[in-house]
Amino acid sequence: MSFRGSEGQIHPTTPPLSEPSGWHDISLTVNGEPVSAQVESRLLLTDFLRHRLRLTGTHVGCEQGSCGACSVLLDGVAVRSCLTLAVQANGRDLRTVEGLAGPDEPLTALQQAFHEQHGMQCGFCTPGFLMSLAGLAEHGGTPSSDELDEHLAGNFCRCTGYVNIRKAARQAFGLPGPEEASRG
Amino acid sequence: MADGNSSRFFGRSLARVEDDRLLRGQGCFVDDLDIPNVVDIAFVRSPYAHARILSIDVTAARTMPGVVAVYDGASVVDRIKPLTNSEELRVPEGIAALNPVVKIQPAPILAVDEVNYVGQPIAMIVAETRYLAEDALEVIEVEYETLPAVFDMEAALEPDAPLALQGEADNIGVYVRHSIGDVAAGIAAAAAVVEETFATQRYVAAPIETRGMVAQSDPFTGGLMVWSTTQTPHRVRDHVAESIGLSVDEVRVQSVDVGGGFGQKGILVVEELLVPFAAHDMGRAVRWIADRHENLTADAHAREQVHHITLAADADGYLLAVKDRIVVNLGCRNMVGLVVPYNALCHLIGPYKVRNVDLEATGVLTNTTFTSPYRGAGRPEATFAMERAMDRLAAKLRMEPAELRERNLIRPDEMPYRTGLLDRRGLPQEFDSGDYPEMLSRAVDMIGLSEFRQKQELARHEGRHLGVGFALYLEMTGLGPFEGARVEVMPSGRVRLYTGAPSQGQGHRTVFAQLLADALGVNLTNIDVVAGDTASIPYGVGTIASRALVTAGNAINQAGGLLKQRILTHAAEFLEAEVADMQLEGGRISVKGTPAVELSLAELIRIVPKLAGGSGSDGLSETSYFQPPNYATASGLHATIVEVDPATGRLDILDYVVVHEAGRIVNPMIADAQVVGGVGQGIGGALSEHMQYDDQGQPITSTFMDYLIPVSSMVPDIRLDEIVCPSPTNQLGVKGLGEGGAVGPPAALANAVEDALQPFDAIVRSGPLSPSRIRDLVRDPNHS
Repeated sequence: MSFRGSEGQIHPTTPPLSEPSGWHDISLTVNGEPVSAQVESRLLLTDFLRHRLRLTGTHVGCEQGSCGACSVLLDGVAVRSCLTLAVQANGRDLRTVEGLAGPDEPLTALQQAFHEQHGMQCGFCTPGFLMSLAGLAEHGGTPSSDELDEHLAGNFCRCTGYVNIRKAARQAFGLPGPEEASRG
Repeated sequence: MADGNSSRFFGRSLARVEDDRLLRGQGCFVDDLDIPNVVDIAFVRSPYAHARILSIDVTAARTMPGVVAVYDGASVVDRIKPLTNSEELRVPEGIAALNPVVKIQPAPILAVDEVNYVGQPIAMIVAETRYLAEDALEVIEVEYETLPAVFDMEAALEPDAPLALQGEADNIGVYVRHSIGDVAAGIAAAAAVVEETFATQRYVAAPIETRGMVAQSDPFTGGLMVWSTTQTPHRVRDHVAESIGLSVDEVRVQSVDVGGGFGQKGILVVEELLVPFAAHDMGRAVRWIADRHENLTADAHAREQVHHITLAADADGYLLAVKDRIVVNLGCRNMVGLVVPYNALCHLIGPYKVRNVDLEATGVLTNTTFTSPYRGAGRPEATFAMERAMDRLAAKLRMEPAELRERNLIRPDEMPYRTGLLDRRGLPQEFDSGDYPEMLSRAVDMIGLSEFRQKQELARHEGRHLGVGFALYLEMTGLGPFEGARVEVMPSGRVRLYTGAPSQGQGHRTVFAQLLADALGVNLTNIDVVAGDTASIPYGVGTIASRALVTAGNAINQAGGLLKQRILTHAAEFLEAEVADMQLEGGRISVKGTPAVELSLAELIRIVPKLAGGSGSDGLSETSYFQPPNYATASGLHATIVEVDPATGRLDILDYVVVHEAGRIVNPMIADAQVVGGVGQGIGGALSEHMQYDDQGQPITSTFMDYLIPVSSMVPDIRLDEIVCPSPTNQLGVKGLGEGGAVGPPAALANAVEDALQPFDAIVRSGPLSPSRIRDLVRDPNHS
């Protein structure tokens, strides 16, 4: 639950319970919007996003930093939000899958590529792949096919066997698909 | 299609209607539900593999901040019935004639006096947040007295083995033996006999979304609303109602967006009874989302089997007899009966002809987490044993393994083929259709077998080790007893389809809509699919056992046909025309020959209650259940070329080919992706996944840093080919293929590795083929 303050800021409601390690006030930008909140020291960024801001597109797959389903962009860099404390996001720019395409906007080229190449089945890991690749797009220039494949190894998918995810990623980065690559 | 409908959508690779919201982060998985004042659950779990509980003290936990309630075994033992997966434990009449052992060993809801695996739930803490619930876990005091324990399934069969479950006479949970012909005579007459032991290691299905559930009391009826990750919502409904003493009508279970299942979410676990119980007991919404540690250690495991197999053949390689003693690790108790052991047994022989067969399967209790079906459910394990044994036999006969297979295949003109064995229903096992020789011939061509043999020889001279491996399997799909579909025209004119078979990512909203669009004559975009809501259709089974397309698909086709007839009848009355002259195409109803007169479904639905024919009618709605008369038998052939580096144990998959056959294909894009996804999981199992325990029964692969599911770089691009042998068992001619892809890789890759390591005389007897195992095989060919 959250409300929008007079100055346009989003203020999630702080739960009533205290917690031994105390509270911190944080302010950050989430998908372009200013947010300020009270958070417990130990609150994970995933839980802050999912349960306080109701941005549930960021998924929790392992809480061990392995699977990458919780990937978000922190100052433009893909991070595991399950290994990040909410307080660490203070003063920073955070972007989640909800920020890729607005509700009334068409899908981004990256999202569209996952759709067209059937690079997703259950869709649970998909936001993590999207944010990981969005981070690469912003900071990595145009990767080679090998670099892209290497990058994809940071996220787990249990449904697709990855073949169509690689196709989607190559389409999004304007690289030849695997068939063309193997012929060439 | 059926009833002469045009196939406007069947067979087309249409992009999925599911994707848009999932890509925007707008999906609604169970943990995404926004339920006011929901409280979270954490479980106290056994740290011991086998122990007596002397005392449990939850007093301190009750006073911890944010704790709402604490339940232990004593507080629920008289209030919730123990869990028995009764649907899976049923023994069909025909199988009963084999005098099997199927012990009913209900799972205690929370342990009261004994724990018999690490991870068994002992107490349930309900608190304002999961953080606070986990804080309270720390202060629960449990006193244990350890008991002797056993972890190895063959050791558990020794006469002096410790009992894995107190009060049982032995560690056998399941036993069945099934033989035909004269195996001894077959072996005696053989020119070549192979006797080997092949083992499949323990796996975890580990979907990226773990199991979870949210339950809430219904303020209007006192009943329960349950949102669940289950693959079988109607079964959850029935079990929840029975266990806490509600009527089935008072419990509504809805499958929400689900992040993969693969069988792990296909059987019930005690947590799924406890969560609704807590909601009912407290009158408050409760939520439990397993964390990854719980998923890997305390949710269903799978696959662990040993096969002591004997193949006997004449000098030309024709199989004379097959004998297999199968041992299955059931874990802590018999949860799902004959399902996996019998599936392994009746799929062992696969596509081969052999008339002397003696198969025995024993399910053994050990002090490990319970096991249950996982994608393939006994078939990957059986295929590993049989296809490895076929390669050993080929080596003995100095024959090309593909040639040995070719000689023994069932021919298409022998279809339908009866094996002489009984299928899982206890009826004569009959393969409905297939063309195994064609599949093999295509795979041999695709992989370029003869050129490969030359290349392999040259490579060996250069010190490089290449190998080729084949694996054939078949899969009896479309398990009954039924699935249903309800279809109705909504007030807006859109058509809604309800079925009991939910999706865990398979794309039901697209594929089922394709079927209904054709059956009705409406556009795909005008159909909404609701799968897995028990309030929308009274009966259902679920999405397990490669059954959804066969069973729900045909129910949809039937219901669509009935609804179309009903639409045309009402429209004919309104338009004063003959029913036979009416047509429904693209969602428009018209009279043949007079296209100017048109009626939309939105117009018709408003008129129906006012028509004479609408009196006494239930509007534009139809329900149909489909009962498959037999299994639809799909099949697949995997062929792979690998390079192994004996110095480092590194394995590279140079080529991977799948030729599959699953009847008529509704959406080739989705079907291919199901196959490839299965192959990905199979490669994980073949090369890296291994759920391991230490010698105290502690799970030691309890994170994704230890339990190694494959990443992108492990799965090569898969080359696919397909043949189509429509199933005569259903009107759509479809077969299931959800599991198939996962069946082949362990056998195909092991065969390829053994072929590559032929200069070392290594025999691959078990997986996974990690670099260290490959090094072990190079150092000691008899390393198991």
